[in-house]
Amino acid sequence: MTDALLVARAGMLTTVQDCGRWGYQGVGVPVAGPMDWYSHALANRLVGNAPNAAALEVTLIGPELIVEGQVVCAMAGADFEVTIGGGVVPAHQPFTARGGSRVRIGARRAGARASLAVRGGFDVPLTFGSRATHLVSRMGPFDGRALRAGDRLPIGSADQESIGDAGIPLEMPRGGARVRVVPAAHRERFTDEAWRALTSARFIVTPQSDRMGYRLEGPVLAHVRGADILSEAMPIGAMQVPSSGQPILLMADRQTTGGYATIANVITADLPLAGQLAPGDWIEFSACTHGDAIGALRARHASLAGART
Amino acid sequence: MDARVVPAGDAAWLVELPERIDPVVNARAIDIASRVTRARLPFVRDVVVGYRSVMVYVDPMADGAGTIESRLRSILGEPTEDTCARGASVEVPVCYDGVFGMDLADVAAYARCDVAEVIERHLAVEYRVFVVGFVPGFAYMAPVDPRIAAPRRSSPRLKVPRGSVAIAAGQTGIYPAETPGGWNLIGRTPLRPYAPDRSEPFMFRAGDRVRFRRINESEYRATSEWGDA
Repeated sequence: MTDALLVARAGMLTTVQDCGRWGYQGVGVPVAGPMDWYSHALANRLVGNAPNAAALEVTLIGPELIVEGQVVCAMAGADFEVTIGGGVVPAHQPFTARGGSRVRIGARRAGARASLAVRGGFDVPLTFGSRATHLVSRMGPFDGRALRAGDRLPIGSADQESIGDAGIPLEMPRGGARVRVVPAAHRERFTDEAWRALTSARFIVTPQSDRMGYRLEGPVLAHVRGADILSEAMPIGAMQVPSSGQPILLMADRQTTGGYATIANVITADLPLAGQLAPGDWIEFSACTHGDAIGALRARHASLAGART
Repeated sequence: MDARVVPAGDAAWLVELPERIDPVVNARAIDIASRVTRARLPFVRDVVVGYRSVMVYVDPMADGAGTIESRLRSILGEPTEDTCARGASVEVPVCYDGVFGMDLADVAAYARCDVAEVIERHLAVEYRVFVVGFVPGFAYMAPVDPRIAAPRRSSPRLKVPRGSVAIAAGQTGIYPAETPGGWNLIGRTPLRPYAPDRSEPFMFRAGDRVRFRRINESEYRATSEWGDA
């Protein structure tokens, strides 16, 4: 029998994610993938996997998993209490779980989502080249749904050479986060006051927020000539503003296209921070340039490899 | 044709063409997208056509990613031809009867005509698929006869039945899956726009030309791919 994890208790929202389903957005297939790409990559790195290996994304309240065979695991991202057979497992370190033992992931203490990677990755079927789960279109492993009790997650065979490598964990937001944005392609469809409000006010992540996007509450961001645009592709991190003036920050499960003007884009380096927010948390935005964004991403990648910046 | 290349965040670039629903503009977008795809740039992750735009997703950390803007500008400078009629021709059977056309009466009221005329006007036009998006396989088609171009419903339905043929704001489309939706439902097709088990899972591509053909309820039942026959 292959090594596997059996779901005893699913937790609040546990899904299989890899780096996403790229190359099919032109026929309407959403990307999905982790809400915090950095912690997903770090968890994989800790067990010696490539960044794209499929891992579990656990949300707010974690699952309980029964080990079949022997599994090397690592968690990164939000701070959860993790135990095996009652013993506490330190975060951001690989640990070995043996057959019959139970990996219990409790409630989060900081952040919202953690990635649980296993050496070899979860060997679930590919859909359009990816193992990512997209909940709304029900695409991916387990018919694109969140895991539930009884699901069995087979684990792939690891490269013999595969050894873990440490990187620097993402600092978890506590109650809110400040993220950097660049002006979006439609910036000129908004008033200057709207831009000033966006980059100076505090917004709240409302309960109508999920893996598709965060509906934010804050000052009204006024359009110059209406909110509607001819439908076009929408990247992750885009901040769409419908006619209500309340922005929607598009996240991992966003639809491929949208019909509202976008005022700004959260930079890739800071998407992991946004991905660690939960309803009720605050979010603030500071403007930066395209060059700053690329520099910040380079720094993020360096810290993934363990370099302090 | 005027074109603007602008960053869309730090991991995508947007080519914007003149802002109108126009087959010529959309054909140019499709042409640009296929040129970008054919260039096989290793740092490009995805290329997505909009009504009048092309989004090019890149991996900003990949080798050569910094050259994307100049590559796009040079692609825009390549000689072009009229590619409006290059898409496939697709015929879609539609049953407008009974519950399938649940919003026909509302559209007829908007158009100040009877239901039969709404159907006639919907059937009379050859549509162009401008964009595929929203959910896998959903095709945004236009132009809808202005007389029957009713706006979106004031309150969207939480569950639109799959296969529903709908119109809103000058566009027509088919729901490939049960999703929320605010368009007016005027009929249903027995065919699946997205069928993961089919050798070609997607019925529509941007640039296709689509005609609807009326079928009755028994033809619908006999040919339904939805398992509802």
